[in-house]
Amino acid sequence: MVGLYKSDFKNPVVNWIDTRMPVFTLMQKEYAAFPTPKNFNYFWNFGALAMVNLMIMIATGVFLAMNYTPNVAMAFNSIEHIMRDVNWGWLIRYAHMNGASMFFIVVYIHTFRGLYYGSYKAPRELLWMLGVVILLLMMATAFMGYVLPWGQMSYWGATVITNLFSAIPLVGPSIVTWLWGGFSVDNATLNRFYSLHYLLPFVIVGVVFFHVIALHITGSNNPLGIDVKSPQDTIPFHPYYTIKDSVGICVYLLVFAALVFFSPNFFASPDNYIPANPLQTPAEIVPEWYFLPFYAILRSVPNKLGGVMMMFGSIMVLFVLPWLDTSPVRSARFRPIYRQVFWLLVIAVLALGAVGAHRPQGIWVVIGRVATLYYFLHFLVILPILGKLERPLPLPESISRPVIRGGGPMPGGAPAKPMEKP
Amino acid sequence: MANSAALPAHPQGSGQAPQDGATKRDFLKLLAGASALVGVGAIAWPLIDSMNPSQDVLALSSIEVNLTPIPEGSGITVLWRGKPIFVRHRTPAEIKAAEDVKLSELIEPQADADRVKAGHAQWLVLIGICTHLGCVPLGNKPTDPRGEWGGWFCPCHGSQYDTSGRVRHGPAPLNLYLVPYAFENDTKIKIG
Repeated sequence: MVGLYKSDFKNPVVNWIDTRMPVFTLMQKEYAAFPTPKNFNYFWNFGALAMVNLMIMIATGVFLAMNYTPNVAMAFNSIEHIMRDVNWGWLIRYAHMNGASMFFIVVYIHTFRGLYYGSYKAPRELLWMLGVVILLLMMATAFMGYVLPWGQMSYWGATVITNLFSAIPLVGPSIVTWLWGGFSVDNATLNRFYSLHYLLPFVIVGVVFFHVIALHITGSNNPLGIDVKSPQDTIPFHPYYTIKDSVGICVYLLVFAALVFFSPNFFASPDNYIPANPLQTPAEIVPEWYFLPFYAILRSVPNKLGGVMMMFGSIMVLFVLPWLDTSPVRSARFRPIYRQVFWLLVIAVLALGAVGAHRPQGIWVVIGRVATLYYFLHFLVILPILGKLERPLPLPESISRPVIRGGGPMPGGAPAKPMEKP
Repeated sequence: MANSAALPAHPQGSGQAPQDGATKRDFLKLLAGASALVGVGAIAWPLIDSMNPSQDVLALSSIEVNLTPIPEGSGITVLWRGKPIFVRHRTPAEIKAAEDVKLSELIEPQADADRVKAGHAQWLVLIGICTHLGCVPLGNKPTDPRGEWGGWFCPCHGSQYDTSGRVRHGPAPLNLYLVPYAFENDTKIKIG
């Protein structure tokens, strides 16, 4: 369709632009008037928080890149230069460093919110899968960023993670050599990691864009997990949710600032303040906290290829989750058994995190194996069966009903089945 | 602006908006907007300031130069803050030429005495960057082209400077810049 757009904006400059490129109309439609379920709780803040966090990471990262040198002889010193000499360099680096941790906290809560309220179910499967793509990209970006300071943990983390690919039969070792651009992690590796660490965040921005497009087609899920039935169920995004998100952003920034200003190295390993030494592996080599559960899965499997496959599988299983969960009811509020196994999954993931932080010996090996087993059982066995066996609670008639009448499901409420639009 | 009729009347005091139509909501909006602006500025400033010279660059901002090896009639170039600095040992004839010029003949009038340290008229210390577009003029070595006024000649666009580093022929608009420096003793100066 070709032709000028008929804009409703009064301001002549805005109208002139909008007529030729209706971005103002788009923003008005998608971010101001956008009809949003009126029953969001604060867990629905985390998407906006992740967006803010991504912007903070890109902004601080761009300024760090102005002073960082991606060369094995200079990388470590250039970080120290940023910390000591560059104006506000300490602040920018600590914000970037702790911003990575904040990003994973936010995104993990965002993900578990989706799991609890069934946000991955039809028609939001693609929206969910795009989210998993973002998570994978974030992990790759965070890993490569951690290599850049070229400390001991950077070097050995890079060595261990890239060596994961050596588990691939036949071509594994060649792939690792290709990843390194040499026969060990060295300058070529550092350079390409720097290049990709700068590139991937913008790829993430692109996928986030798709994520938002998909969201605006299906509309947001909500704590009740039922579809919007009428305009009474929704309120415009602005000002209601812009304000609610702003409250969340203030709390998020408080936590972020507390980390940066009072405990900037809370999540950091002291070993990474020792320059990389290819001849000596640190005694305690542990990944960043946000990788610990996956690291624990890797170590729980007593087989090299098996461990690597299980680790990647733990994310891949999320891609097919919309088809593994057979229950038509979205929100765990109306799924008494799912609500319990959901918390078991949370406990298993937290336990895996703890296992990943400890040496693989004694009780930690056992806990690691049990938690790994549960993680996969949950997705591959429990969810497909549970959807068929579980008897959900009656769903409320509409989003407005419990809000207006101040009660739970109404006596004459719809049975568990109807998920279709009326 | 906000519709004052939509606001519930305040139980005490005047619930009515003042004559100009401003409401408490308008005030709160302005206050919130202004606070947000201050916040954005506070966040932006560290990022912007990080692009200013870092502390190690500032720490390297003074150097010492030994004058003994510079023969009369020629100059040397030293690096200070990443810039070429000309240190020239002038001959008595060059000093006299610089002092005798009528100020009215100059593009940027300045007496030679104001461009050297008293009692050390043979030493001229300048930033060796043409004030036109930043090239380094020739003329430190006696064999270099020095232009019609015997000082420096810029190869880029033909600007010429006299033996006091004052511009005598355009397109450069200004004299060569001076540098802060001091004599530590008769044969050593500290620049910066």
